[in-house]
Amino acid sequence: MTKSLKKQLIKIIIAALLFAGAFFPLPQMIELALLVAAYLIVGTPILLKALRNIRNGQVFDENFLMTIATFGAFALQEYTEAVAVMLFFQVGEFFQSYAVNKSRKSIAALMDIRPDYAHVKRGKELITVSPEDVKRGEIIIVQPGERIPLDGTIIKGSASLNTSALTGESLPRDVSEGENVLSGSVNLNGVIEIKTTSIFSNSTVARILDLVENASSKKAQIEAFITRFARYYTPTVVIIALVLAFLPPLLGSSLGIKEWIYRAITFLVISCPCALVISIPLSFFAGMGAASRCGVLIKGGNYLEALSRAEIFVFDKTGTLTKGNFKVTNITAFIGSKETLLQNAAKVEGYSHHPIATSIKQAWGHKTDLKDISEVEEIAGCGIKAKINNQEISVGNKKMLDKYNISEPKIEKNGTILYVLYANKLAGYIKIEDEIKPDAAQTISLLKTHGVKETVMLTGDRKEIGHKIGKKLGLDTVHTELLPTDKVTKIEELLHKKAPNGQLIFVGDGINDAPVLARSDIGMAMGGMGSDAAVEAADIVLMTDEPSKIISALKIAKKTIFIAKENIVFAIGVKLLVLALGALGYASIWAAVFADVGVSVIAILNAVRLLPYRPQI
Amino acid sequence: MKKTFKLENLDCANCAAKIEDALKKIDGIKSASVSFFAQKIEIEFDRDENSLVAEIKKIISKIEPDCELL
Repeated sequence: MTKSLKKQLIKIIIAALLFAGAFFPLPQMIELALLVAAYLIVGTPILLKALRNIRNGQVFDENFLMTIATFGAFALQEYTEAVAVMLFFQVGEFFQSYAVNKSRKSIAALMDIRPDYAHVKRGKELITVSPEDVKRGEIIIVQPGERIPLDGTIIKGSASLNTSALTGESLPRDVSEGENVLSGSVNLNGVIEIKTTSIFSNSTVARILDLVENASSKKAQIEAFITRFARYYTPTVVIIALVLAFLPPLLGSSLGIKEWIYRAITFLVISCPCALVISIPLSFFAGMGAASRCGVLIKGGNYLEALSRAEIFVFDKTGTLTKGNFKVTNITAFIGSKETLLQNAAKVEGYSHHPIATSIKQAWGHKTDLKDISEVEEIAGCGIKAKINNQEISVGNKKMLDKYNISEPKIEKNGTILYVLYANKLAGYIKIEDEIKPDAAQTISLLKTHGVKETVMLTGDRKEIGHKIGKKLGLDTVHTELLPTDKVTKIEELLHKKAPNGQLIFVGDGINDAPVLARSDIGMAMGGMGSDAAVEAADIVLMTDEPSKIISALKIAKKTIFIAKENIVFAIGVKLLVLALGALGYASIWAAVFADVGVSVIAILNAVRLLPYRPQI
Repeated sequence: MKKTFKLENLDCANCAAKIEDALKKIDGIKSASVSFFAQKIEIEFDRDENSLVAEIKKIISKIEPDCELL
């Protein structure tokens, strides 16, 4: 609690005690004195503010209206009500500040990933500097318990890292020499030496902080609606209050001017739109906070709102639904055994670092002994030829077969096929496929249960491969063999197809996706850490490369909008109800105090409920 | 040009909305957004910054005298 909040709380407590004292059977003069004292303790700042604002021409200001309402109640000799209005108004204000401060703090804590210092090795010395002063390519040392200050590559040591602040992932990640690490993760054990690959302002941690800090400037439609509503609400209520106070008595109402002024006062007490004006942005703020805790960065309330109306989800294939790394899924040998075929292929590819070569070596699993290999020759566009113990072996694609005038065998080409030739005879083939991410199928089916009407995959890959994956994952539509410009065309077709209010969301890994990300209603980039382009172009960044995070984001978005709408209906509903009852003489000032302060408190509590929300998938 | 300013003691959400409204009416401001939670003003403008900042300060002190532009 801040100092000024504490001071306010003390004032409220003293005033409340005096106020309670006035309920004891005491001489009237003492009772009145207690009430006036209570009023002045909590009311003075409001009175002063009201005066100042009138000087500045701010008539429809809540302080001024509260002043008028309480003065009116005093004039009607409704002393307890007058004090109650002021006291509870302050209680409401106090609670608002407290709740706002608290959620600000808890979001700041979520984002407490800013490293304070870096130990940098300069010459023989190890000096501690601010992360901003470390240059790219310098060597830094991170001790156990410290936060990694800059992105880089480990050159010495190994450790477990806690990346939860970045990814929402609670399991530690083990890293060792040669691996890249991101700033913002915490080193749990082990000393590591890191060669930095970026300066601080370009590092992951700085980019995330920047993104989160600027998120709240893009407002959702509901927020804009509330601000507009507030602009008309107060003047309207005040004008009705004026009319209510003076028109019926002038028309000769039998109830008398006192009764009508009392009713007008109930109006003034409810005239502040605080509950709405504060709880709606608070819901969005809390929703974005909860999302970032799950490893989903949302760049504005408007995107959260749009996400809740998702109608079509369009996915990129490689790197988004599939891992983008290749795996051997089938080995067929026409000559000799499968093992020999694989071993020979692994040896021939022994020197290559191509992803396909890596996958074959991985499938072989043993260290490839390259002693008996000679005359390795890469045949551009075809494959590799080499001699193993003087036997000529080539590994390559269909063009390799053409070279030897071998006709292509009839096999299902739903993957990359690598042919192995012994001299000029086809010995067999190895099929390599991109691995589907473990949570991809579940994500696609869950999208449907969350109201998404269509799921689409766009890929530049071959027809057989695209459709096989599409079927496995249960996607509605698959478009294959697309060039980047074709992808944009497809997106435009889909945009025409969707309902006017529905949203098209594109999910990609951020590489080569910029035009599509920009063209979609919402662009979602996956595995945002490390890729500048993705963080720049996307509206929503999934920090890990798990598609299931989309479901988390969707759930949070829906819940946020639900709570925001709930608050609007509840707050406007109660206010209108009490206004109506007040005009008819059925609502007392006490009811009005509830409609003002009570509703604010309930709406705020409802909004804050989002902060600890962690969707289960 | 886009610029972000930090605010101090912006206590009420309604005032934030009022300030945002008033800022949008200033000549030379293309867009303005006041975030109550982040205590920030983000504006896009195409005029001299110094005179603009002075004008913004004046508007803020009129609407919410406790609030200050940093």
